[in-house]
Amino acid sequence: MNRRGFLAGACGAGALALLLAPAASRRAEAVALRPPGAIADDTFLGACVRCGLCARDCPYDTLKLAPAGAGRPMGTPYFNARAVPCEMCEDIPCVLACPTGALDKGLTDINQARMGTAVLVGHETCLNYLGLRCDVCYRVCPLIDQAITLERHHNERTGKHAVFIPTVHTDKCTGCGKCEKACVLEESAIRVLPLALAVGELGAHYRLGWEEKRKAGKALIDDIIDLPDRMPDAPAPERLPGGGFKEFKP
Amino acid sequence: MSALSDLRPGRAKAAEQGWFAAHKWLLARRLAQAGFLALFLTGPLAGFWIAKGTLAASLTLGVLPLTDPMMVLQALLTGHVMAVSGLVGAAIVLAAYAVLGGRTYCSWVCPINPVADLAAWARARLGLKEGAGLDRRLRYALLAGALVASAATGTIAWEFVNPVTMLHRGLVTGGLLGAGAAGSVALAVLLFDLGVANRGWCGHLCPVGAFYGLIGARSVVRISAVNRAACDNCMDCFAVCPERQVIAPALRGRDKGVGPVILSADCSNCGRCIDVCGKDVFRFSTRFANRPDPAEPAEGKPKIARAG
Repeated sequence: MNRRGFLAGACGAGALALLLAPAASRRAEAVALRPPGAIADDTFLGACVRCGLCARDCPYDTLKLAPAGAGRPMGTPYFNARAVPCEMCEDIPCVLACPTGALDKGLTDINQARMGTAVLVGHETCLNYLGLRCDVCYRVCPLIDQAITLERHHNERTGKHAVFIPTVHTDKCTGCGKCEKACVLEESAIRVLPLALAVGELGAHYRLGWEEKRKAGKALIDDIIDLPDRMPDAPAPERLPGGGFKEFKP
Repeated sequence: MSALSDLRPGRAKAAEQGWFAAHKWLLARRLAQAGFLALFLTGPLAGFWIAKGTLAASLTLGVLPLTDPMMVLQALLTGHVMAVSGLVGAAIVLAAYAVLGGRTYCSWVCPINPVADLAAWARARLGLKEGAGLDRRLRYALLAGALVASAATGTIAWEFVNPVTMLHRGLVTGGLLGAGAAGSVALAVLLFDLGVANRGWCGHLCPVGAFYGLIGARSVVRISAVNRAACDNCMDCFAVCPERQVIAPALRGRDKGVGPVILSADCSNCGRCIDVCGKDVFRFSTRFANRPDPAEPAEGKPKIARAG
């Protein structure tokens, strides 16, 4: 190979590498969240032209355009809740700014946004799990007592105290990330994850018996043997003198 | 060195009419390119917003939406229902370039152009040959590929590699990361044009340019070799033209009855031929002025004879 041919080849390879490197160096990073109203992930890149108008109109500089290797294709809008969470503006300026519909203008109530959902991942580090009353994630939640509630449980370690477990309800959580931002730990114990990662998906063929029974108003299977339900606060079934229990039909 | 310098296009004109006369359209284009960039930068740098967004989609003074029509077409091919402002923005851009000449975008707006021009200038200074013999129709193949890939993958496919928007976004959104991205994209194009093929990216491969060329295939604003009878075959226009195949039909078409207007969709109205021509053969005109001029003196006949 002559010198000119080698130089041409080297320059070509360099140019190609520089162009492709950003596309190839994609690192999976679950914390890169999409703006409010972003259409589903598998259609988003067919709609977003990466113009950055949403980020420009974000008054809190929450939204950024992904640099190379940020876990999202370069130039697309995202935010990192631990750095700057979404302040859930009532007029949703980012959605209004979008010229393509990649952010759906059908979203007019920010409380209906689903940027992701918070998940309390740090069961071994969360101060409330350890028995303290930190409650910070619960207190900062814009939908306090709806998206995050404190659920009282028995403290198994001490045997005599209660723990108050911050519990996220995905039907209310917008994924704004204020809880993740506010968590007092070195690394947040509560994180906003994309919905697809955070909530499982039940097979479409599953039926919840108790729901079906409630909807039908009766048991769906006739003549089923109905054993007594021994509820914690129900009185114990009455013993019959000859052995066995009252109202028990084998 | 001096012998080499004298071969560079426009030297003769500069010597006769002065440096400015041989560079006025080049200066105008550089000012336009800087100006379009400045429209996007007043906001982030001075807090006074003129154009917001990037070349992909922008909003000027809060009222004028502009959208890149090639991107809109790719989005539509993925099955996405484009929002109204995106469609309106694309329609405005289409209409403007259908009149002004599609590839006017390439020479007057696109931020890659100064990089490509720098590479071409360096090639001329270094006396490099043409390089890899790329076919100029490759850009149409890449355009078709980008459109098919968009439909097949459900993504705006060209945006994964588009150096035009990567560079512009890097410059406009700023910061160290932005500057780094912009720098590496510019360097990639520079290396490609310098090391692989003369005018390699903009003149052979870029599907965005190909798309704008198609938009302006019947555009009004054109360069015309009105004074072609004065041509002395110095070849300066061919040497400086980034799409040199567009010149010959107009410049040398007189005997074939072809008019003097450059009608090729590849011409980017950069005006460099006007700049470098010592005989002032070229000037901006319209496609409607394309009559094979009967007043032109026949070949070889001295002008004075006709006048008398």
